[in-house]
Amino acid sequence: MPESTAAKREQLKPPVSNVGIIGWLRTNLFSTWYNSLLTIAMLGILAWLVPPLFRWVFIDSLWNSSAEACRDIDGACWSVIPNNIRFIILGFFPEGQEWRPILAMILLLSLVIYSKERSRWKKSLAWLWLINLIIMGTLMYGGVLGMPVVETSQWSGLPLTFLLSFFGMIVAYPLGILLALGRRSEMPAIKTLCVVYIEMIRGVPLISLLFMSSIMFPLFLPEGVSIDKVLRALIAIILFTAAYIAEVVRGGLQAMPRGQYEAADSLGLPYKHTMRLVILPQALKIVIPPSVGVLLSVFKDTSLVVIIALYDVLKTTMVTLSNPKWAGYSSESYIFLALLYFVFCYAMSSYSRKLEKELHTGH
Amino acid sequence: MNDSQKSVSPEDSAKPIIEIREMHKWYGDFHVLSNINLQVQAQEKIVICGPSGSGKSTLIRCINRLEEHQRGHIIVNGTELCNDIKNIEKVRAEVGMVFQHFNLFPHLTIIENLTLGPIWVRKTPKKEAEEAAMMYLEKVQIAEQAKKFPGQLSGGQQQRVAIARSLCMNPQVMLFDEPTSALDPEMIKEVLDVMIGLAEEGMTMLVVTHEMGFAKSVADRVMFMDDGEIVEQNSPDVFFDNPQHERTKLFLSQIL
Repeated sequence: MPESTAAKREQLKPPVSNVGIIGWLRTNLFSTWYNSLLTIAMLGILAWLVPPLFRWVFIDSLWNSSAEACRDIDGACWSVIPNNIRFIILGFFPEGQEWRPILAMILLLSLVIYSKERSRWKKSLAWLWLINLIIMGTLMYGGVLGMPVVETSQWSGLPLTFLLSFFGMIVAYPLGILLALGRRSEMPAIKTLCVVYIEMIRGVPLISLLFMSSIMFPLFLPEGVSIDKVLRALIAIILFTAAYIAEVVRGGLQAMPRGQYEAADSLGLPYKHTMRLVILPQALKIVIPPSVGVLLSVFKDTSLVVIIALYDVLKTTMVTLSNPKWAGYSSESYIFLALLYFVFCYAMSSYSRKLEKELHTGH
Repeated sequence: MNDSQKSVSPEDSAKPIIEIREMHKWYGDFHVLSNINLQVQAQEKIVICGPSGSGKSTLIRCINRLEEHQRGHIIVNGTELCNDIKNIEKVRAEVGMVFQHFNLFPHLTIIENLTLGPIWVRKTPKKEAEEAAMMYLEKVQIAEQAKKFPGQLSGGQQQRVAIARSLCMNPQVMLFDEPTSALDPEMIKEVLDVMIGLAEEGMTMLVVTHEMGFAKSVADRVMFMDDGEIVEQNSPDVFFDNPQHERTKLFLSQIL
């Protein structure tokens, strides 16, 4: 008897109105009268907006033409990108040496992609980064192997954006962790120092830090001593980011239950091992989402260096648009730039989601 | 192994493994522990009981300096606890601690939980530490879970892992802070069985617990604490059948 009822129960299918396309439409678009109204209104707006946009982007547009040809069309003039791509991406890097920054960027990106797998996070990876840093620096600066010297003032475009953002993040993150640990330290001097540092930096906009690094800071140096402008901007970005990271990491440290510290202590683990092996791996996992938030804003905020006359990828695009020949095509250029930023930001945030999933051990 | 260290008592055979003399502790103005005197001999099993807030957990947490005492002396295995962090770490390595809420490291597998202390404190080679860890996991009958994470285990299993984690450090003394209080009733026995096994092997144990059955069958001495004082201590038969103190009688009448 029970078998037959079970068999009968399996035969039963849910009502048609709850499954399939119709079911989906009902639950998601037309569940109540006001939802139906909203759905219809949205469809109307889309019908009004999408076709002209589509025509502007794809049908009436030119993809690779001269500036003159663009004058006669109603659509987008994407030609502004291929015609100026060399300057937008590489800026003032000398003619004929383009392969050097391109190779350096490829090296950097492959290194980043290689480092994604957690199984590769070993000491050897740190060495790999160090060696590649030297290679990338040599490629950019030159002066050996027959490569002419390219001063940092000529570094511009995407390589400069990468330099400021990637190395800003890589150095700022550990520094931020140290600051967070310092702020929770029981030693009053260290604690005060860290609190003062963090609060001071967070009380100042990045723009003013960049100004200070480029205008005020050289005034304090003795005559004849100068520190490279790009390096100064990089340091300003690092100092700024570290303060924000520190507060994010502190949040993670505070979320750790006391029992974790006690369990590590009662094994006799010294402080540095307790932090490195027990507390930080868990605390940093908790703060992946806000950390990525901070890192994404750094990546985008590097474009503020335009105000101290460094030509990052945003500034090189603006320079392109100041050329009268291409002056009218800012929408196209900025859309391209937005896509460029989006690709990197999206890659970062989807990687962080993957990492979170991998590190999830609770059930 | 204690010969080289300064002996605390003249007769070596009677030298206690834990000696607490005239120890006081305050939380702010609150006098949590008052004039504690306690000697624990090697292989002794002591059960500490008392109402909540009586200071029993605080007392055993003082023994490995998870709590700091403000007056008096605590000497563990010949080392006096003072502010010197090296001293504290030395004592902690010799004293195993099992917590009410297990406190396993959730980001590490069971085997990694067990080998963390031996590898980083004792500097045992990884392979050797893993072999020892597997042996202790066999002992608490949970070896098949070695590669899992703590979150995948039941409460009773987690507590047995926590006991094994402490044992991996080859401690001289084991402290248990209400090891079964956070467990579902059907899991209490599996943890108590492991503890009874340990007692039979001659481990020195201090156990804060409400499991009076365990106290009766295992303890050499049962201590009753109230208001931060040791009110009464005696062998289990005398303690349960013929308590001396009014407060002890009242407490026993409430729980038995």
